[in-house]
Amino acid sequence: MMADDQGAADGKHSPRIVGTKAKRIEDRALLRGRGKFLDDIHIDGVLHAAFLRSQHAHARLRAVDVSAARKAPGVVAVFDAQAMRAELTDLRMPLGFPSSTLPAGITPFVLSEREVCFVGEAVAMVVATDRYLAEDAVGLIQVDYDPLPAVTDCKSALENNEPRARSDSPSNVIERVELAYGDIAAAFGPANRQFKESLFIHRGMAHPIEGRGVLARFDDTSSELTVWSSTQMSHELRQVLADLLGMEPDRVRVIAPDVGGGFGAKYLVYPEEIAVAAATRHLRRPVKWVEDRMEHFLSAIQDRDQYWDVEIAADNNGKIQGIRGRMIHDQGAYTPQGINLPYNSVSSLTGPYIVPAYQMSLFVCQTNKPAVIPVRGAGYPQAAFVMERLMDRIARELQIDRVEVRNRNLIPKEKMPYNKQLKSRAGVISVIDSGDYAACSRKAVDAIDYAGFPSRQDQARATGRYLGLGFAHAVKPTGRGPFESAVVRVTPAGRIVIYTGAMAMGQGLATALAQLCADQLGVPLESIDVSAGDTSRVSLGLGGFASRQAILAGSAVHLASLEVRQKAIKVAQHVLEVAEQDLVLQNGRVEVLGVPSHGISLASIARKLKGSPGYALPPGVKPGLEATSLFQFDAQAFANATHACEVEVDIGTGDVRILRYIGVHDSGRLINPMIAEGQIHGGIVHGIGNSLYEKMRFDEIGQPITTTFADYLLPTATEIPNLEVLFHESPSPTNPLGVKGIGETGTIPVIACVISAVENALGPFNVRIREAPLSPIRILEMIDEGRAQ
Amino acid sequence: MNGGEKMISVTVNGQAFTRPVSSRRLLADFLRHDLALTGTHLGCEHGVCGACTVLVDGVSARSCLMLAVQTNGCRIDTVEGLAPDSGDGEAMHPLQEAFWSRHGLQCGFCTPGILMSLVELLRDVEAPTEEQVRLVLSGHLCRCTGYQNIVAAALEAARSMSKQAR
Repeated sequence: MMADDQGAADGKHSPRIVGTKAKRIEDRALLRGRGKFLDDIHIDGVLHAAFLRSQHAHARLRAVDVSAARKAPGVVAVFDAQAMRAELTDLRMPLGFPSSTLPAGITPFVLSEREVCFVGEAVAMVVATDRYLAEDAVGLIQVDYDPLPAVTDCKSALENNEPRARSDSPSNVIERVELAYGDIAAAFGPANRQFKESLFIHRGMAHPIEGRGVLARFDDTSSELTVWSSTQMSHELRQVLADLLGMEPDRVRVIAPDVGGGFGAKYLVYPEEIAVAAATRHLRRPVKWVEDRMEHFLSAIQDRDQYWDVEIAADNNGKIQGIRGRMIHDQGAYTPQGINLPYNSVSSLTGPYIVPAYQMSLFVCQTNKPAVIPVRGAGYPQAAFVMERLMDRIARELQIDRVEVRNRNLIPKEKMPYNKQLKSRAGVISVIDSGDYAACSRKAVDAIDYAGFPSRQDQARATGRYLGLGFAHAVKPTGRGPFESAVVRVTPAGRIVIYTGAMAMGQGLATALAQLCADQLGVPLESIDVSAGDTSRVSLGLGGFASRQAILAGSAVHLASLEVRQKAIKVAQHVLEVAEQDLVLQNGRVEVLGVPSHGISLASIARKLKGSPGYALPPGVKPGLEATSLFQFDAQAFANATHACEVEVDIGTGDVRILRYIGVHDSGRLINPMIAEGQIHGGIVHGIGNSLYEKMRFDEIGQPITTTFADYLLPTATEIPNLEVLFHESPSPTNPLGVKGIGETGTIPVIACVISAVENALGPFNVRIREAPLSPIRILEMIDEGRAQ
Repeated sequence: MNGGEKMISVTVNGQAFTRPVSSRRLLADFLRHDLALTGTHLGCEHGVCGACTVLVDGVSARSCLMLAVQTNGCRIDTVEGLAPDSGDGEAMHPLQEAFWSRHGLQCGFCTPGILMSLVELLRDVEAPTEEQVRLVLSGHLCRCTGYQNIVAAALEAARSMSKQAR
């Protein structure tokens, strides 16, 4: 019986825990208040850092006087840029991703010395015995600012090169990218219909509920630096710390403790992480910095504005012939990582559709605002918004049903794998590996009762209520390489430990990896411990981003577990004198099929393979019941989603109420459907925030005016309906598990879907929506504008 | 005890503490750093996200908006006190159990505050409606879950608690 469903030693057993809604192994500690987040870690004698941040969006620094702060109670040290420079190999942060085209000198400073370029830029750091005293002393630092004109809009940054966002930068445009394929002139020839749109889209911030934080300790005896950080990238942080502090990476250990959400905000090495580590080494005392939310608003990375001027050509049947246009992206004052976000937007615009010709110009412009790097969705939500607005436009102009016009252009299943003819920023050709978009479309249409909507809408209108239906598709390449690491080890006590360079920040990574391992080793989940993001446990790793971890860390754990399994079987064969096909792994043991009493525990095998001085190991077996896998992955697994929603717009108040929201998702095989659904819930709600609530506002001189959660609105439980999530499974051929990423796909189609629904609801008022997010006031304005036509 | 400090006595999760605190010390910092009860988290420090919610004399309060000195003589309940003490540290409150089985948490950072608000609701309302649960949750921000599974967990806990009470 066991041979069928789990234990057969030939490795061809079917999974038992993978694919089930296993309860998460992370949860008990978190629920009991015993999680260990960054600020929960205590070290005796720890000092606390606080930063002085620029009050101006743009100013020259004439003088920074820290003398009064140095004398303040509890203050141990104050670092200005000059003092910090003495601790580092470079006062400027390195560029996160390699680029041969970006100009030099675009990254942030650890502390700024001559010029501040956004409100919130760090100028000095106080280290004191207590956080309260450190913050008091920050108030005593005197800065003489010489204010300069600020650039607050990326469109004007492009059109006028003065003022400039940074005086050391020759142009506000730091990069221009041209993408093209196909015969664009023919597509826009006289035979085809052509429609132009000018669209604006803003996305706000990532806002994990735990902000950033870092704790550093320098051990004088070993000259080793240990840094705990709430980060999505421990190994990269270790490297940057080593580079900037002039240390060997092996002397630097980075540990990510429990991380209270990331969503992109922690996928970056921040100046504060370097400053705190430098202070620790200088003072030879532990130092901690934990930001508050206002600091996060002022100085964590953000997503922001894109202006799109686009044109689409289609034949009379609504078949797309080509798309061309221009996009301007607001990068903020610095470029810490690269331009992946806007590049993703322009290279992924065509999404799930066949577009024979394409031409797009991207302008990445600097402004006097915080730096931009990808937030959950990484430029794809913007692209989906633009593409789906164009599809709605064709539908309206050619009077073809919105779902039908999409169906006519979707890449059919038979054409998979489908070459999108564009390269990713890293130079990988986009080839969609698998997917059945038409099937997902049908599921969404059925679930929302698309056919019944017109009568629902008519009935509501008869009573003065305005219902709208939105519909949108999206695709997302998931699983960015080049690799991820996993070590699977059985200890002589019988525990299974998994170490990985992937990063846990709420996605249930530990549970998913444990499920994959448990099936191979025939152990319960409870006997597995997973440690992610500790650089001392595994030498290489890339961390958590781009919906990659199930594919890369999952495959790495799967392959390492398989190797451990084979080793255990080999030893058991020798010890039990039984052929391989008669052995099963179950209950933490290798047992003889049908004779469970005859077996050997994994713990005993681990003890044997740990070696005893002078005694030979069983023949043909290498030391240690463990294996390491560095799973390499250069392809991408394309997840897709079709969303449909029904909204009601109150034309008196501009309020939008989402009545139903359906997400049909294909992320290949699911390791844990419960976790997968939870990821989609969170993703959709993030997208709802981006559609209706979240806007990081700045005034005309670059002062941020939404710096609390009372001003910047995250969705709360009362705005959100019960989301209906459906799955379609097209296993990905790109990896041994058949999985695709899921962390971001929930977010990507939402803005497009909700905006489409609002426009549909306001059809009687000739409302045409060309922007997101939508506030109630803006909706009322659009109703007035539409009525006036 | 220096000039700005006051001696306060509080009962936290049934245990009495007497400690000097500076008059400006936040209740959250007092709990987390002076009493080492780090289960209560700080997500915004300006009273909106609700992660720091604790019960003060049985009423939910944001510990980032309250000074420790204000709680002198008060009974405070935090997430650490929710589960019955089973000796092995394995037991959980029905609400915690429901969060576990309904996947009501992801990163778990906002969870302790949400648990405390819902414990208060479930104490006062035996069979809350979904709307009542959502209204209580609207005082909390969660970026991971989209709230749906939290609502389901609260309703499930209400059912299991009323069964136990019978």
